[in-house]
Amino acid sequence: MRRYIDFYLATMRISILEQIQYSVANYFYMIGMITEPVIYLVVWTTIARQQGGTTGGYTVGAFAAYYIIWTLVRNMNIVFTPFGWEWRIREGQLSMMLMRPIHPIHSDVAFFAGWKFVVILLWLPLAAILSWIFKPTFDIRWMEVIVFSLAIWGAYLIRTMLLSLLGMITFWTTRVSAIFELYFGLELILSGRLVPMTLMPVWIQDLSNYLPFKWTFFFPIEALVGNLTDVQLWSGFGMQLLWIATGIFLLNIIWNFAIKQYSAVGG
Amino acid sequence: MNPIKLALTYLRIGVLNEMQYRINFFIQLLQSFISVATGLIGLSLVFGQVKKLAGWSRPELLAVMGVHLLMGGVIRSIIQPNMERLMDDVRNGTLDFVLTKPADAQILVSVHEFRFWQLVDVIVGIVVISIAFIQLNGTLGILQFFGFLSALIMGGIMLYSVWLMVTSISFWVIRVQEISNLFEGLYAAGRWPVGIYPSWLRTGLTFLVPVAFAVTIPAEALTNRLTGTSLLIALGMTLLFVVLSRGLWRLGLSNYSGASS
Repeated sequence: MRRYIDFYLATMRISILEQIQYSVANYFYMIGMITEPVIYLVVWTTIARQQGGTTGGYTVGAFAAYYIIWTLVRNMNIVFTPFGWEWRIREGQLSMMLMRPIHPIHSDVAFFAGWKFVVILLWLPLAAILSWIFKPTFDIRWMEVIVFSLAIWGAYLIRTMLLSLLGMITFWTTRVSAIFELYFGLELILSGRLVPMTLMPVWIQDLSNYLPFKWTFFFPIEALVGNLTDVQLWSGFGMQLLWIATGIFLLNIIWNFAIKQYSAVGG
Repeated sequence: MNPIKLALTYLRIGVLNEMQYRINFFIQLLQSFISVATGLIGLSLVFGQVKKLAGWSRPELLAVMGVHLLMGGVIRSIIQPNMERLMDDVRNGTLDFVLTKPADAQILVSVHEFRFWQLVDVIVGIVVISIAFIQLNGTLGILQFFGFLSALIMGGIMLYSVWLMVTSISFWVIRVQEISNLFEGLYAAGRWPVGIYPSWLRTGLTFLVPVAFAVTIPAEALTNRLTGTSLLIALGMTLLFVVLSRGLWRLGLSNYSGASS
């Protein structure tokens, strides 16, 4: 256990130092990502205004709050991509990682976790500017802040598990871009990334209850900007833990099969 | 050497290359369908709430989506692959091999790569536009058609020029990959008519990243909103962007020192 903690702390420190150096590049990346929620925000506030100020229970200010917090949650959701797994396997980069006495997934989790601290720091001024432009309305309780700050890390871990699982497919085939696109399409609809889930048709909302996606977007955002009760907040966090555990379990099983397929192409 | 002949030769090589991987056609087709499906879901969510969005009806926004898809296909098949290669070439110093060839370097770097299968998006875009047009019960006059076509071509040229300017930054800055991400993010804004955005963003989408000219104006031509004035402004802007990008490219090139290899 001790060596894992040491490994995580060291990797996170390296990644923080590395990413701070590239803060301008990081900023360009973050600004590029911000256009997506701004587009949704503009479309939905236009609709809310046309309908006299509210749509599906969301006011103009509530939409602004939703999509501004969205930007942080989206940044927390950036993890090592399945395209990265494809590259690792195709180029034989994985061989090197397999030599180490620790599962390769740990270095991904630790590296991106360190990066998140830089991202959160860089996000603050962006959030201030967005708030100044779009005038969000917040009604925040302390408990919401506590659960939110845990839930963004929960979202990070769930998405790490999901995308790593997706990446495992590349052990069998490298023609995966269509599968990935399909996944991202489903995620867009079922996670609350496109619109708050409450605006979706009821059957999509029902479906999303049985899937992990909404715990990576909708739940963390709702935890802060919505009006969830304490019980709802903590049981939501419990669901996140459940999905993380499921992810780790599945990843372990599939990894055992997948690694047998690996034959170090090139490298 | 005749630049058109040169471009066509590279185009042929690109097609031959891609023909080796025919299954990619189906993969690309599937991907296009996924993006159309998510786009349609987005539209149905919007029009589940309202009849018109900022004055645009559902089939009209479908036309915007079609143009956006078509232009996106053009960007991903021709513009983006070449510009990304240029970024790599500048960083690795392999641009030397281009500069020593006896043809205009800007033309060479712009026609080198061609992703043939990405053109599937162009075809799917045309299909979406046609469906939107049928839903609109529109009749396409000859004048309207040429308005659409010329707006589309000018939009393409402007997008290319902006990409070239952004890529030229790589002569000074090393990590420009993020800038191209930024561009992709901004291009996504073209999925909706630029009129719905607040004025500061609309200005950016018109003059910095000419999404307005590339997507909204061609869509306006299809939905009978286009005026001669905006077509003229588009022409002026196209010329301006071409001149500016050529200037920045040459300035950058004079700064290039061929980073050993």
